[in-house]
Amino acid sequence: MRHLLSPLDFSVEETQKLLDLACDIEKNRSKYAHVCDGMKLATLFFEPSTRTRLSFESAMLSLGGSVLGFSSADSSSAAKGESVADTIRMISCYSDICAIRHPKEGSAFVAASKSLIPVINAGDGGHQHPTQTLTDLLTIYSLKGELGNMTVGLCGDLKFGRTVHSLIHALVRYPGIKFVLISPPELRVPDYIREDVLDAHGIEYREMTNLEDAMEELDILYMTRIQRERFFNEEEYLRMKDYYVLDKEKMKLAKEDMYVLHPLPRVNEISVEVDDDPRAKYFRQAQCGVYVRMALIMTLLGLEVE
Amino acid sequence: MLNISGIKDGVVLDHIQAGKSMDIYKYLGLGKLDCTVAIIKNARSSKMGRKDIIKIEGPMDDLNLEILGYIDHNITVNIIRDSKIAEKRTLSLPNRLVNVIHCKNPRCITSIEQELPHIFYLADKGKEIYRCQYCEEKHKSKSSK
Repeated sequence: MRHLLSPLDFSVEETQKLLDLACDIEKNRSKYAHVCDGMKLATLFFEPSTRTRLSFESAMLSLGGSVLGFSSADSSSAAKGESVADTIRMISCYSDICAIRHPKEGSAFVAASKSLIPVINAGDGGHQHPTQTLTDLLTIYSLKGELGNMTVGLCGDLKFGRTVHSLIHALVRYPGIKFVLISPPELRVPDYIREDVLDAHGIEYREMTNLEDAMEELDILYMTRIQRERFFNEEEYLRMKDYYVLDKEKMKLAKEDMYVLHPLPRVNEISVEVDDDPRAKYFRQAQCGVYVRMALIMTLLGLEVE
Repeated sequence: MLNISGIKDGVVLDHIQAGKSMDIYKYLGLGKLDCTVAIIKNARSSKMGRKDIIKIEGPMDDLNLEILGYIDHNITVNIIRDSKIAEKRTLSLPNRLVNVIHCKNPRCITSIEQELPHIFYLADKGKEIYRCQYCEEKHKSKSSK
């Protein structure tokens, strides 16, 4: 039985197969409308994330399946002190596949080690968020036609931003990838990403604090939100939250085919005036999230359509 | 000069860094064993200046000597049978440590689920770096510090 805990769980070939399936799903929605008839997806959200949860639910419903679950720890047995291991053992009896989101790092690993059904990590604290990564890969692939040979700018909270960590893990496997890491000094990527991922793969990267200086060379700009929930100290958060704001002026510095991605929700880091720019692709990205989760559910359940 | 007699069957841990013997006593769980244990602190050593030695008399089935590789792989492990050194074991860093070190990352799942074993795997042998199985938090081996 397969789980998805990290973006590296799928090889480059398996990832490509998944992305191709997602592309086919987008083109032929009706062909896949009943693949999961009679099957259930459990969404175990120990911390709220409406967007990710609805994306999973939309994916399962679009495949003809049903969904059950909870959307915060308060409404689950975790509030009574039940462990992740016990919760997953119970959920294994109720559903065919599950997506788990939990504020603690490694929670999905614990779930997978005790589960009788495929487990999808829908975000474990600041650690991994592989379905966001697959979403990002599908978006880039659909826009650029490939996943290598480009310069990717990652901007914002690169320390706690798990989407950024997962995306770096995934993209270093493709040839010709370069990164520009744009963050406040306090929110630079953690050492283990720099040493064990970037340096270990011989990836070219630069660390910068100024977004304007990076714009011209980028093929993709991946903006992230400075997340309040990752800070122990409110003052620190307030000092950081508006460090970067992408606006029309900065977009003028970018290439014509430089696309802006964002895992959403955004706060102030992308001005709404950018939304009308054809290079703003974050809503397209949200749509890609549903297709890639449909492809993932089918893959983990071993389902195919002729 | 203090004299401790030799042992007939058991283990002698020699060349322990001076002052570290009590750490090893704790990690090996020697306090729980029903056998004779001698701890010699600050013994003179031509190689190390000062060293600690631990002598354990009795069956060694319950001893997890792998942990010693994590604590200090320069320790010499002598297995004694019939009052003679029957075997000298070389130590290396274990690939996996279970409940030897604890993850200090406050965001790790082990920080709230007390029943989970604290598992670390050897991520980089050259740099002697371990990582938490759950959250991948880095931990350097004792001897590399």
